[in-house]
Amino acid sequence: MPPLPTSVPIAWYLTLSAILFSLGVLGFILRRNIITVFMSIELMLNAVNLTFITFSYMLKRVDGHIFSFFVMVVAAAEAAVGLAIILTVFKNRQTLEIDEVSSLKN
Amino acid sequence: MLANFIPTTAEYLGIMPEIILTLAAVLIIFLEAAMKPGRKPMMQWIAVISLGFAIFHALHAPEGIAFQGMLAIDGMANFFRVLVMVAGLLVVFGSSDYLTRENADASEYYALVLFSIVGQCIMASANELIMMFIGLEISSIASYVLAGFLRDDPRNNESALKYFLLGSFATAFLLYGVAWIYGATGSTNLATIHTSLLSGDTGHASLVGIAAALIFVGLAFKLSAAPFQGWAPDVYQGAPAPVSGFMTVGPKAAAFAVLIRIFTLALGSMSDRWLPIFWGVALATMLVGNLAALWQTNIKRMLAYSSIAHAGYVLVAVAANSGTGSAAAMFYLAAYAFTNIGAFTIVAHFARKGEKYVAIEDLAGLSQKQPALAAMMTVFLLSLIGVPLTGGFFGKFYIFKAALDSNLVWLTVLGLLNSAIAAYYYLRILVVMYMKEPGESTDNLPVASPLLQVAIFGSAIMTLVLGILPGWVLDFATRASQ
Repeated sequence: MPPLPTSVPIAWYLTLSAILFSLGVLGFILRRNIITVFMSIELMLNAVNLTFITFSYMLKRVDGHIFSFFVMVVAAAEAAVGLAIILTVFKNRQTLEIDEVSSLKN
Repeated sequence: MLANFIPTTAEYLGIMPEIILTLAAVLIIFLEAAMKPGRKPMMQWIAVISLGFAIFHALHAPEGIAFQGMLAIDGMANFFRVLVMVAGLLVVFGSSDYLTRENADASEYYALVLFSIVGQCIMASANELIMMFIGLEISSIASYVLAGFLRDDPRNNESALKYFLLGSFATAFLLYGVAWIYGATGSTNLATIHTSLLSGDTGHASLVGIAAALIFVGLAFKLSAAPFQGWAPDVYQGAPAPVSGFMTVGPKAAAFAVLIRIFTLALGSMSDRWLPIFWGVALATMLVGNLAALWQTNIKRMLAYSSIAHAGYVLVAVAANSGTGSAAAMFYLAAYAFTNIGAFTIVAHFARKGEKYVAIEDLAGLSQKQPALAAMMTVFLLSLIGVPLTGGFFGKFYIFKAALDSNLVWLTVLGLLNSAIAAYYYLRILVVMYMKEPGESTDNLPVASPLLQVAIFGSAIMTLVLGILPGWVLDFATRASQ
């Protein structure tokens, strides 16, 4: 039996982030509730953060950590605006099913 | 060592437009809270004056790399900054009547427009992927709110929701690509990425390819390039008409600036891999936009599909991957900005309260009731077709010339065929305006107010100037693309 690695290999983190990102994409495409769709986007952003931090660790440089803070701040601003938009949609339509929000067309 | 981090005066002058616009937007929000109701009309003048000062500073900005390589204040940055600010100016003039009519005369509208423009200015001058992301988000978050500005209108809600969800989805793709570029090259600075790829010490060329693809997907969403164009018709149809005009111009132009910078500068050494993709996407975007526009009966939705098609033409110029191609893209975006904002301003004026008259048939007989307005609409439609003496003609001419210079013969031929298809649906509006008898929709159309006339005539004059004397804007664009 080969000896266990002393630390978690970089590739494992990257694989995890890729899985998280794919789950986010799938959730965005398959889920029908607006809040869940929005949470899927947040999951994708968290996968991005994990990738930044992994590479930052790999490259022994600190800037990747700072980028992940930028991403978090922007995600928070986006969440504030996004939830407000979702609230107005709910107020006007009393539904959070994304398929029912489709009045635009000819 | 520490002294190096203190920005110089030249660096501050370089971002003076962003500083002025941010301060003006904050001032507007502050005054909105502090002042009594009924004294609001001055807010749009704060926006107009600050935009005027910002344009002046962008034209006189000292060129160079600023803030530790974060920003590149170069010709391209200045061209796109002036472009989005002039577009913003026209939108501010064209919006105030609309807002008063919809009982939404709130000054945060102007603050949001200014914030959105600040984001686009940062995108245009960013020399670094994270900076581009921040600029993109400043621009997008403000536009999400603008798209749903009339919050009791279900169409506005739906437009804002779709724009927000798909915009954030696209941003996540873009960021994931940025993260992988950072991992593969060790930097997010465009120049460093370029040298790292050239030196070949990036052991993971395929990783960079995947990262570039993710970034392209993210930007293609923002540009409404096929196959990621699905959100655009709903968003542009549902948003308030002046905002639709703004969103088809400002954020798109800034996204093209980012696209040109990333792909022709940072990833230029991989051009043999991304050029075929651009070729296909440009063709698909033109086809999807033009073919879908043929069947539309709602003029806003038709202009939305036409804006998809026009993004396709600009992608042809980017696919040419040359200095003349970039210059042609910039000139086209300028011509398209004036034309489209003018057309959307007329649509906003014609739609009346609650955007009641937005069917193409409603324009019947406009030439008999208000010949001047019909004439202006004609100028814009002819420019969208690309008829000589309008800016759209020289825009298309330069794009297809750049494509031919880069041996993209088939793309040029198919692009020209697309322009011919497009002529059909633009001419249909002309026929409705000039050949049909006026109905009740044109009967009670009020005369445009002075502010609206500034926006409409200003756009029309610029469209004609770009079509008759294209030289000075083309010179600006050519200098910027070097």
